Amino acid sequence: MVNLIWLIMLAFGILISTVRGNVSQVTESALKAAELGVEVAIELIGVMSLWLGIMHIAEKAGLVQSLAKLFGPIIKKLFPSLKPDSKAFGPIIMNLCANMLGLGNAATPFGLKAMQELQKENPNPDVASPAMITFLALNTSCITIIPATIIGVRMKAGSVNPTEIIGTTIFATACAMTTAVCADYIFRKRDRL
Amino acid sequence: MNIITELAKWAIPFILFFVPVYAYFRKVPVYETFVEGAENGFKTAVKIIPFLVGMLVSIRVFVDSGALEILTDILRPFFLVVGLDPDILTIIPLAIMRPLSGSGALGVATQLIHQFGPDSFIGRLASTLQGSTDTTFFVLAVYFGSVGIKKYRYALKVGLLADVVGLLVSIWIVTKVFG
Repeated sequence: MVNLIWLIMLAFGILISTVRGNVSQVTESALKAAELGVEVAIELIGVMSLWLGIMHIAEKAGLVQSLAKLFGPIIKKLFPSLKPDSKAFGPIIMNLCANMLGLGNAATPFGLKAMQELQKENPNPDVASPAMITFLALNTSCITIIPATIIGVRMKAGSVNPTEIIGTTIFATACAMTTAVCADYIFRKRDRL
Repeated sequence: MNIITELAKWAIPFILFFVPVYAYFRKVPVYETFVEGAENGFKTAVKIIPFLVGMLVSIRVFVDSGALEILTDILRPFFLVVGLDPDILTIIPLAIMRPLSGSGALGVATQLIHQFGPDSFIGRLASTLQGSTDTTFFVLAVYFGSVGIKKYRYALKVGLLADVVGLLVSIWIVTKVFG
């Protein structure tokens, strides 16, 4: 499915540019995007190192474990395939917390770390494990309590009340997250390997 | 100032203060431990470059070609059939863009907020939508790619389903609260 979507976006984009007599646009877009990909990754090196370093301190101090214990009961229900003492729980919880607080650039390092831990417990390294899918479902639909970026945009645009959309955002993300959890549960039951 | 914006401002400084100080009192060699953990930052960031480049190229070529407008025109009748206000249709490009590209969607949302005003119906809807769904497609490609997963199974279906529900609920709640 990813292969198909990737191909359709690329081929469809090129076709439309061609039909509109704007072929040179394709070259420019492709090269610019390729450059951007590396830029994003380079920027991520710093943020990634910072948060992985802080997380390592938190781990050694027992903070990650306390966090895991606090959220353990809920999170363990969501990931029945993981062992109760799985090392993936720490980064999973930190990622979800960062997402909730709208700390997008802190969420990614924890998320990638969680994927690495989940991959260690994955019997089939080419194929997504149910725990990974559950994690990504939660990650992409996670409740946002502080949509910091968009509040900033609203402030700059001169909004009378930049934070008034927090309530609607929390409600919409709560519904999306509920959907993700239910859909994940249903598909997981249907799609046993 | 609002509590929430204050909270957002304090979150990172608080974590950066609290974690090392707490750890120090628990006898953790904080600086060495930090360096040990940070070591993996480089490796992981470099590892996702191919996935970032692959996804960004395809998405950018698609968006820059004007395909988004064509897709919007195709989808318009469906939204009208559901009985949605024609005003809401201006949100379609954002809805399509959201799962694909974070910066792209933020660009569209910012433009909508400036064009219609942050306190207009469209401005509020764009804000809610931007805050409430994630770049599902992109996140899956990068996260799975970083550990070498090739078969996503039902992951994309689950993520996109949640996005669609997020979109519909956003429209409903913004209409209800601010309508």
